[in-house]
Amino acid sequence: MGSIISSELFLLTLTIALFLLSGWIFRKTHFMLFHPVLLTALAVIVFLKLTGIEYPHYKESVRMLDFTLGMSVVALGYLMYEQVEHLKKATLPVIVATLAGCFVGIASVVAIAVAFGVDRDIITSIAPKSVTVPIAIAISEPRGGVVAVTSVVVFCTGVLGSICGTKILDLIRVKDPMARGFALGAASHGIGTSRAIELGAVEGAMSGLAMALTGFATALLLPLVERYLY
Amino acid sequence: MKGICIILGCWLAGNILSEVIGGYISGNIIGMLLLFILLCLGVVRGETVRQPAKFLLGTMALFFVPFGVGIIDSYSVILDNAVAIVVAVCVSTFAVIATVGYIFQLLNRRGKNG
Repeated sequence: MGSIISSELFLLTLTIALFLLSGWIFRKTHFMLFHPVLLTALAVIVFLKLTGIEYPHYKESVRMLDFTLGMSVVALGYLMYEQVEHLKKATLPVIVATLAGCFVGIASVVAIAVAFGVDRDIITSIAPKSVTVPIAIAISEPRGGVVAVTSVVVFCTGVLGSICGTKILDLIRVKDPMARGFALGAASHGIGTSRAIELGAVEGAMSGLAMALTGFATALLLPLVERYLY
Repeated sequence: MKGICIILGCWLAGNILSEVIGGYISGNIIGMLLLFILLCLGVVRGETVRQPAKFLLGTMALFFVPFGVGIIDSYSVILDNAVAIVVAVCVSTFAVIATVGYIFQLLNRRGKNG
């Protein structure tokens, strides 16, 4: 029995099944802290603790998911293509806002973390926090970041942005639906985008575009920041 | 199937380019740009990659569950730096939303009037 439970097939099936169950719970409750990723990760952690399976063994067993994650980063190119009309309609604001948001996002995190005396590898882990998880991991992993920290921080950023985003935009009187959607996607990636889709079709489309572009711009900018700022 | 092959091909080409430029950007991110360019140029039709792309994007959340589980081995790092991380994430997220929203609205309005 033990060999079945620790087999690749079992751990992979379990992870996907728990994910489907978590998705069902999330749709029923619509409570942000019941996000499927969070619930699934917690359930898997409990399972590993109970069975005594080590994390490295689990990670190795479900490496197929690593591979598909890499593929889904490439698929983001299709998401960008779908929004290319919006990109043409507002090229200047899109490009300037992406670069500005990207720079403010990275620089503020790095500056605060340096001020607190945080270690270099942790700074690398949290610097791409506004970017969708697969891109954030693709940025942080090869530079020695702790990917678990990256995924948690990115997730929290997403939840925070989607909860507070519209309030901040109201406060500074940003009423343009394109600008509102773009800001949500630029700051809080996929989770912000699902919030933007609730606001409207324009907001949702702009948010998806912002998510893909911010990811790409951060991948370009972060190595420079790493070289010159910390 | 053709769509999957194109996505994998972009990734592979991305990895090769990444090697050439000394790993400055990881291969899958270059692959994302390559796929976008091929679609814009019409070399690849949107139809061909739509199905696998939609599937991958729709289930993307599942793929990073294992990284989340990794917290089991590295939660102490987060706890050690909890204050710094919370302050950095909050300030930075609010700053990004405000900057991007404000700049976008300003430039978008100007573009429409002029």
